[in-house]
Amino acid sequence: MLTIHDLQGNHKQANRERLMRRLFGLAAILSIAISLLILYVLVDGAINFMVGINWQWSLLTDTGWFPRRERFDLRTIVTGSIIMGTVAMFVAVPFGLGTAIYLSEYASRRVRSVVKPIIEVLAGIPSVIVGFFALKVIAPDFVVPLFDPTTSRNMLVAGLGIGILVIPIMASLSEDALSAVPGSLREASYGVGAKRVTTVTKVIIPAAVSGLVAAFIISVSRAIGETMVATMAGGFDGSGPYTGWNVLSPGLTMTAAMTNAAGGTDAVKAGPSFDVLFLVGLLLFLITLVLNSIGAKFVNRVRQKY
Amino acid sequence: MALMTPGKAGQTAGEITAAQLTSSKRDVAGIVMLVGLLVTIMSTLLILFVLIGRVVRDAIPVATGEGTAFLTNTIGSNPAATGIWPGLYGSFFIGVGVVVLTIPIGVGAAIYLEEYAKPNALTNALLVNIRNLAGVPSVIYGVLGLIIFVGWLEPITGGSSVIAAALTMAVLVLPIVIITSMEAIRSVPEGLRDAGFGVGSSRWEVTRDHVLPYAAPGVLTGIVLSLARALGEAAPLIMLGAVTGLLPQPSLDGRFTAIPMLIYNWSGRPDLPGEEIGWSNAAAAAGLVLLLLVLTFNALAIYLRNRFEKTRIGQ
Repeated sequence: MLTIHDLQGNHKQANRERLMRRLFGLAAILSIAISLLILYVLVDGAINFMVGINWQWSLLTDTGWFPRRERFDLRTIVTGSIIMGTVAMFVAVPFGLGTAIYLSEYASRRVRSVVKPIIEVLAGIPSVIVGFFALKVIAPDFVVPLFDPTTSRNMLVAGLGIGILVIPIMASLSEDALSAVPGSLREASYGVGAKRVTTVTKVIIPAAVSGLVAAFIISVSRAIGETMVATMAGGFDGSGPYTGWNVLSPGLTMTAAMTNAAGGTDAVKAGPSFDVLFLVGLLLFLITLVLNSIGAKFVNRVRQKY
Repeated sequence: MALMTPGKAGQTAGEITAAQLTSSKRDVAGIVMLVGLLVTIMSTLLILFVLIGRVVRDAIPVATGEGTAFLTNTIGSNPAATGIWPGLYGSFFIGVGVVVLTIPIGVGAAIYLEEYAKPNALTNALLVNIRNLAGVPSVIYGVLGLIIFVGWLEPITGGSSVIAAALTMAVLVLPIVIITSMEAIRSVPEGLRDAGFGVGSSRWEVTRDHVLPYAAPGVLTGIVLSLARALGEAAPLIMLGAVTGLLPQPSLDGRFTAIPMLIYNWSGRPDLPGEEIGWSNAAAAAGLVLLLLVLTFNALAIYLRNRFEKTRIGQ
């Protein structure tokens, strides 16, 4: 006969179920804790920095980036990030987008099965190795003979290096966008007699445009957050004057300013010259967060449409 | 959306197609497009080969001059006799730490989000948050590690140590592990779960005995990719205060370095004229070791994923 006991189920099983549920939930909540800690650490350090310089906002737009002399001209490092990021996108957009269009619309199955893993290999190359490449190949073999800059380490060299790092990101995100375009659109276009070039430029790319914009924005975010190539090949070792928009002069990115503040040769891990890295970090965090959020919005728009 | 076809207004589709099929005009735009695309993809591949080729070429003098002593020597002040042992030591334990920490936490979080969480505001906030964390620049994780793991947890980590570095890298790759594990778990067919529940299994039992074994290759792919990422990252290590100079005796809780730090440091040193093995050769050799490690892990991940996809198609 069926008793109440039979319907109550297995207590041991139910208890363990509750325990596992809590443990997994805890692991998921940890990600929120990490975000809050990042924000706390950056804001707290940035406030410390501002207290350290007595809230003199004028120091943040003064002469150049000389942390040891308490000159923290944010224009210098923000301009540096923008210039190197722009150079990087001039490399990453044509090569990344071209690779994506070729792989998604032109390549045969066999070519794709060979080329795609190779692009993924490029995506896995550590940034220090690209930094080495920028210093030993891009600077002496390309930039110096072609443009004759005053220093062999400059923003063009670093920007090109960062561009190489961003190509695979741009390529893979763009390819996702292109292959999300439904096959029926392609077939309809070919069906009315359009050539492949017409189909790609007039049908596929307009249909995938929000995904491509997302790919672009997320790539920009990566280029601005890239650290090692900018630190190694940018040209300024932790300090330098505001050099304006000259791409052939040495420069400093926000990221390179941070690594230099923390790991300089005579690093004193206190005082405004060190604490400034938190302010820069906060700025970088907010910029990349905004870019990534906009990128995510555009990706979602594609998903909703199809 | 304007579906533009190359033809005069008023023509029917059939007329346009007929005109194209019988036209003797060359498809100039098409040829330009194809050539342009071929140039970009070839250039991309060329950059990759030149990059790897240059690292290999510069590493050869070290490989023939020092051989395996390069792996076992400590860091020296002479590029012809320096080694990467402290860097290997650091990178190895960073890798071990990342795997040990991210498997339970990353996979656990993924299981919660895919199997347990209800589709409500909290779950949505968790998902958005994890996506955002994946986009945070690595140098910022370095700041986090510097304050939390080097500063607050100094009694446990010993300050700027391999342990602090491993914890920082684990946090850095955690969002990648969660996202790839979630994708793998999502691909498990619903019928498998229903069958388990049908015979009275609890959700955890179904997850442990059916979902996880099925999703294992995909989960593993994410972990291997994360490991490769953690081994190649240098920016967070600079923030943590990794050693760039001499480090005779590496230890778990003392000062530390890792292979990317050595490449970073050695690349910036000038080569003296007439030297058989300069710092750039030492940097390239360390780079080759790192490339071999990272590319092996990446290749393994790609292989695992392809196998994963194949078995899915077979079902």
